[in-house]
Amino acid sequence: MTAAASIDQTKLWFIIAAVAIGTFLLRYSFLGMIGNRNLPPTVLRLLRYTAVGVLPGLIAPLVVWPQATGGQPDPARLLATVATIAVAMYTRSVIWSIVAGAAMLYSVLYITG
Amino acid sequence: MSKPLSTSAAYWRGVRESAPLLMVIAPFGMLFGIVSSDAGLNLLETMSLSALVLAGAAQFTVVQLVSEQAPTLVVIATALAVNMRLAMYSAALTPWLGRTPWWMRGIVAYTLVDQSFAMCTTLYARYPDLTIRTRLAYYFGVSTNACVPWVVVTWIGATMGEAIPPWMALDFALPITFLALIGPMLQTLPHVVAALVSVAGALVLSGVPYNIGLLIAAGLAMFAGAQTEQWLERRRAQ
Repeated sequence: MTAAASIDQTKLWFIIAAVAIGTFLLRYSFLGMIGNRNLPPTVLRLLRYTAVGVLPGLIAPLVVWPQATGGQPDPARLLATVATIAVAMYTRSVIWSIVAGAAMLYSVLYITG
Repeated sequence: MSKPLSTSAAYWRGVRESAPLLMVIAPFGMLFGIVSSDAGLNLLETMSLSALVLAGAAQFTVVQLVSEQAPTLVVIATALAVNMRLAMYSAALTPWLGRTPWWMRGIVAYTLVDQSFAMCTTLYARYPDLTIRTRLAYYFGVSTNACVPWVVVTWIGATMGEAIPPWMALDFALPITFLALIGPMLQTLPHVVAALVSVAGALVLSGVPYNIGLLIAAGLAMFAGAQTEQWLERRRAQ
């Protein structure tokens, strides 16, 4: 482990602690502060679109510019995306969507070598 | 809902419905263990990240940036930016779980991950009459699968010492899980609009440093969804 020697342990533990505490505070923020108070309807309307607003954006770059191919768009990953989303919209089943996506990914990777 | 769910029925329903996630959590967590020990973190450091941070994308960010010798504050800020979405999840769960004691909200917060958020808000919206105890039971059922195995498989990956063959393309485990979670949400026009704005925004703003681009894209997407919903309502009223 040559890499291990180059990591400053004190710095690393400071990072782990800061990210752990910061992440907990982000998770606790609204649940902790707002507690029993009711949220206004405009806020509730916005919150309905939280998941669908964050998750697609989180994975979009991973789909279009996968690190595994050095950031080049890749037919296997794009087709796997289409297969997963199509099956997910049609069946609403997480497991079948994952199976479809993985099957498409591996078959196209196998065919294109 | 026609029949009220008992607390234990709700817990086991959460366990059952989230079980498929293990197929993705397991390889993804193992991959984190492998990548983290490859980068030079020792077992305790790797395990601390998985047990205390409990957020895959941010953990990968920390390991990647630490191995690139990035400045401490940049590592922390980037990882927290990646996790900023958790504050939005926290806000979204508040109407459903806000009326519980502070310490219970603390436990809920600690185990709040993408999957538990997505599955729980979907179920709560579908059955708005569930009691708060039932909601909590379902939440912890999902968390059992989403959080506990994560720590276990990290340990397996970190101690395995042997890399998973590249043909398995494990980099795509995360996108496929998220796509499988997003698909069922796209049942109304406002949801489709929000998803498209999110994708377009994240790609266009991907050059913005520290993952701030994703946060802006998410904000725009939420606004677009809410506006489309209001527009549809107004059109229907006419």
